[in-house]
Amino acid sequence: MNIKLIAKHEKDARASRDAIVTTLEELMDADPSVCYVDCDLMGCLNTKGLWKKHPDRAIQAGIAEANAAGVCAGLAATGKNVFFHSFGTFSSRRCYDQIYMSAAYAGLTVHVLGSDAGVTAAFNGGTHMPLEDAGMYLSIPQTTVIDACDYDQLYSVMHSLAHTQGVSYTRFVRKDVIQVYAPGSQFEIGKGVVLHESGEDACAVICSGIMVDEALKAYESLQAQGITIRVIDMFTWKPLDEALVRKAAAETGCVVTAENHNVTCGLGAAVASCLAKDHPVPQEFVGVQDRFGQVGPQSFLMDEYGLRAADIEAAVKRAIARKS
Amino acid sequence: MKDLNVKQLNILAAQIRLETLKVIHSRGFGHVGGSVDLAEMLAVLYGAAMRFDPKDPRWPDRDWLVLSKGHAGPAAYATFGLMGYYPLEQAYTLNHPHTRFPSHTDRLLTPGVDLTTGSLGQGASSAMGAALGNKLDGRDSRVYLVVGDGEADEGQVWEAFHFAAAHKLDNVVVFLDMNGYQLDGPTAEILDHGDLPGKVAAFGLYTQQVDGHDVAAIYHALEAALAHKGSPSCIVLNTCKGKGATFAESSHAHSSQPNEEQWAEALQAAEQALEAARQA
Repeated sequence: MNIKLIAKHEKDARASRDAIVTTLEELMDADPSVCYVDCDLMGCLNTKGLWKKHPDRAIQAGIAEANAAGVCAGLAATGKNVFFHSFGTFSSRRCYDQIYMSAAYAGLTVHVLGSDAGVTAAFNGGTHMPLEDAGMYLSIPQTTVIDACDYDQLYSVMHSLAHTQGVSYTRFVRKDVIQVYAPGSQFEIGKGVVLHESGEDACAVICSGIMVDEALKAYESLQAQGITIRVIDMFTWKPLDEALVRKAAAETGCVVTAENHNVTCGLGAAVASCLAKDHPVPQEFVGVQDRFGQVGPQSFLMDEYGLRAADIEAAVKRAIARKS
Repeated sequence: MKDLNVKQLNILAAQIRLETLKVIHSRGFGHVGGSVDLAEMLAVLYGAAMRFDPKDPRWPDRDWLVLSKGHAGPAAYATFGLMGYYPLEQAYTLNHPHTRFPSHTDRLLTPGVDLTTGSLGQGASSAMGAALGNKLDGRDSRVYLVVGDGEADEGQVWEAFHFAAAHKLDNVVVFLDMNGYQLDGPTAEILDHGDLPGKVAAFGLYTQQVDGHDVAAIYHALEAALAHKGSPSCIVLNTCKGKGATFAESSHAHSSQPNEEQWAEALQAAEQALEAARQA
């Protein structure tokens, strides 16, 4: 792992989806076994050029995700390295049994990409808002589950996934993300990234995706109030970096998890499950509190579901107060 | 394809049926009806049509068999054993703890199984993926996909047919096992398909319909399917669910748990059918 933090809370001029497009193009150019299957959303991922360039291996499966997932499994059985994209709602809920049985249970490798993570589905509304997608993939044995935060993280993770066996699920935001990391940053799947750490940390915030920038803002605000926290970007939800979670809990004495996802089945639940086994500490859960999504601008939705730096700050204070 | 030898194929079909019964008898109960009705089709595929190497089950140039109706696993296990993938006795562990022969076909467990199936409809899609993968590699391997008529309730089957026709997967031959029954009874009473072969044809598959227990008819239909270019093919097999299993043939049961007396009768009848095929 070799990362450089930018954290100016500024939008990246690059659309993060282009990290996927660029990676797919690089992989497909270099390796004839790499295939990409989409469900009539190449226009949304910006891969129509790729379709033109590799019309044989950029495969249109139409608006039929269940079949598409099965086709991916069959391609994988012939030795193809397959990436499969749809909106996160559809690349999880609409093809869950197909990914489960035809791919994962069958021991085949398929890399599933779910765009418009959580509230970033914004104007497509509640019907298109995946708040349980990653949780569904966490439930399938031996998967890799990623919640990526920006362009450079996606780029690095995509290249690593190409060499990862088994079913993986990567949720991401298509565009308009805050740039957290500098170009060239390299990440290791399964290893959390410690963004702030000191001997004075009163709490550890474990977060991913769009919540990373919120956590960094919360860090600055709390710092001004004399409270120092640890911030960990846990972009790999599974396999969870349990050693890092335990270390953070042991050294800070309490934990806040922050996720753009339903708290019942996501990062917070995974962290709680890890800590409950051998190092229980007070934990507060920032995220969508078992609610359905709804339509509106992302900024409204982040306020509505309590996904702001202020929500993390409040949760940190609650967690610290619960320490005995 | 090898030259048609009706007697040899009938003998092989009778062997497959007898061994299928023995495999299921090793557990005492199972999906007899939808397994034994595939004996003639499997005899034609493995006796005359398919390219395979029992010493190298994953030989890249092989033809593929995908039993999307994965509960017909015992018929596949019997066939693979007869073809030399493993000693047949190994398959007499059906559904025992740690067996390599589970109720539904599993590519990680059984030599000869190309894709894992069981949740109905899914093998149709994964078979199309395998067919596309073989095409991308420039292989002339065929993918033989077996779908049940009850299974055709699943929308995914039709998504897969749509995909196969649109992508011109003429290296796929679908066998639609039209035995007329599913778990709760006759398919016409559960969720009537209407003109099932007509619907398959309307999805763009070159579709033929034959007596699924007539090896010569299956052979000739397969010859025509393999000669057909530009679209996938389908051979609709009119079959009798439970064919040749004395306790299941009249009830067309999806799953059977006969007593030992019934098993003895069924196994004896299957032995006699094999002997009759040899004497024919």
